[in-house]
Amino acid sequence: MNIEAVKAIYRAEMRRTRNTLLQSVAAPVISTALYFVVFGSAIGSRIESVDNVAYGAFIVPGLMMLSLLTQSISNASFGIFFPKFTGTIYEVMSAPISFFEILIGYVGAAATKSFILGVLILITATFFVDLRIAHPFWMIGFFLLTCVSFSLFGFIIGLWADNFEKLQLIPSLIITPLVFLGGSFYSVDMLPEFWQKISLLNPVLYLISGFRWSFFEVSDVSVGVSLSMILLFLFACMVIVWAMFKTGYKLKP
Amino acid sequence: MTESTPIISIKGLTKTYDNGHQALKGVDLDIREGEILALLGPNGAGKTTLISTICGLVSPSSGSVTVAGYDIIKDFRKTRELIGLVPQELTLGAFEKVGNTVAFSRGLFGKSPNNKFLEELLNELTLGDKKDSMVQQLSGGMKRRVLIAKALSHEPRILFLDEPTAGVDVELRKDMWNIVERLRQSGVTIILTTHYIEEAEEIADRVGVISGGELLELEEKTALMEKLGKKQLVVELKNSIDAIPAQLSDYGLELSANGTKVTYTFDARKERTGMTALLSDLSQAGLSIKDLNTAQSSLEDIFVDIVKADA
Ligand SMILES: Nc1ncnc2c1ncn2[C@@H]1O[C@H](COP(=O)(O)OP(=O)(O)OP(=O)(O)O)[C@@H](O)[C@H]1O
Ligand SMILES: [Mg+2]
Repeated sequence: MNIEAVKAIYRAEMRRTRNTLLQSVAAPVISTALYFVVFGSAIGSRIESVDNVAYGAFIVPGLMMLSLLTQSISNASFGIFFPKFTGTIYEVMSAPISFFEILIGYVGAAATKSFILGVLILITATFFVDLRIAHPFWMIGFFLLTCVSFSLFGFIIGLWADNFEKLQLIPSLIITPLVFLGGSFYSVDMLPEFWQKISLLNPVLYLISGFRWSFFEVSDVSVGVSLSMILLFLFACMVIVWAMFKTGYKLKP
Repeated sequence: MTESTPIISIKGLTKTYDNGHQALKGVDLDIREGEILALLGPNGAGKTTLISTICGLVSPSSGSVTVAGYDIIKDFRKTRELIGLVPQELTLGAFEKVGNTVAFSRGLFGKSPNNKFLEELLNELTLGDKKDSMVQQLSGGMKRRVLIAKALSHEPRILFLDEPTAGVDVELRKDMWNIVERLRQSGVTIILTTHYIEEAEEIADRVGVISGGELLELEEKTALMEKLGKKQLVVELKNSIDAIPAQLSDYGLELSANGTKVTYTFDARKERTGMTALLSDLSQAGLSIKDLNTAQSSLEDIFVDIVKADA
């Protein structure tokens, strides 16, 4: 195990975040605050409560997920795409380092960023709403699993993308709709029955439901199902990334 | 390691890119520990492909490469930590400081941090005052220095320089050769590619000529020049003559303006150079010889000859 190399990649990636602090941390925090103002206060004051949880508080887990998912993907995909784009990846590729170690470095850094971001959003939320966390242990678990698995997913996208358009494609075309339709801002039983069934096909729903349960003990699906879904997703990403590395996917001619 | 064990051993190496282009057509090459090997070849010859394969950037189609006895695929950790690579292109990240990017390289190759060593390295490359500069603000030559610093940051035993002097001024070139010389003295094996023949002539121990994905020649620099070089025999005459005597017309001699020097060009590769015959014919024609001189053609001429012959 080349620990020094993992540390080097991790540090370089964290340094990159510091250089783009405004974009990678401030922007998501500000947009989350705006969501609170618009949905939590303005609209939320007209919505009494959802499942006995004040609407402002109800949307907190969904908002966190929204940011965690999009930021994990964009951080991790950009982290590996950029050196591919500039050509500096040659150095990593010629180093005595396994794909697994490359993965730990890049995905670890991206997940760390997301985690910090999530904490910041949580803190921001406490300025707007009363928050209680019923199951802190589960909450941290879902929180970490989400950071890691979606950073891994972002890493896959970054490896796969060979231009900037592809890099944006999946996040904007698939992830954002899935998160919005996954119950970030509502409980699924507020939907007509037909759409409830459709919603169950949305993997992000399980994530948000489980995460929300860890806060308020209310959920759309059982927490065990939620946990299985995210673990399944993590496992699928690992298999994909392993297969990509095995074949030197788009990295080695 | 014994004298005869090569530090890098390449056997039957081929590479066909996905688009079907065969860039390497069965290369066999043993590189000796501590030598400076120059790979000469025209654009598209396969020099970069060869180097990239050894460094793990390109997967070989067939054949094998060992570095210090280890297979580059099975034991990639062992082989790669021995190697430093200065790539042909100026590839550097944009938003990084010089000091950070060099420290990054060292870490990547598994070495624990050593600020003192890196500082000395930067100083040697006259980058000492650029440690906190952003790499994108450096000039092209400075960037190349940074790339060299990165390649040397983990104290490799083998250094690949892929066209190190492309776009480099005289001073950097001199600095670079100083570093190469110091590295050679500390036992580092150096492989460089170049289009500039003087460069190979200046610093290499051996020269390999690559063209069309094949290694056409591999010789000690001096042996290569001797073996392949055109030589010229300059005969200085005691008395000047007005024209080359008719009986000597077969030799294709050239007469100097003042009529005292006769130049004979011959191919040193041939068994019979015709020198002996010429000298006896000269005296038969009644010309007496004052002095004799042979001159060797440069690697450049040799190189053009080889590649032409192959085409
Ligand atoms: N990734 C690639 N895919 C397809 N063909 C490639 C690739 N890389 C190189 N080639 C082709 O392989 C051949 C050898 O290229 P290579 O870069 O090894 O040449 P070179 O000797 O380094 O040339 P130069 O002196 O111009 O640097 C060229 O014809 C090139 O077009
Ligand atoms: Mg090249």
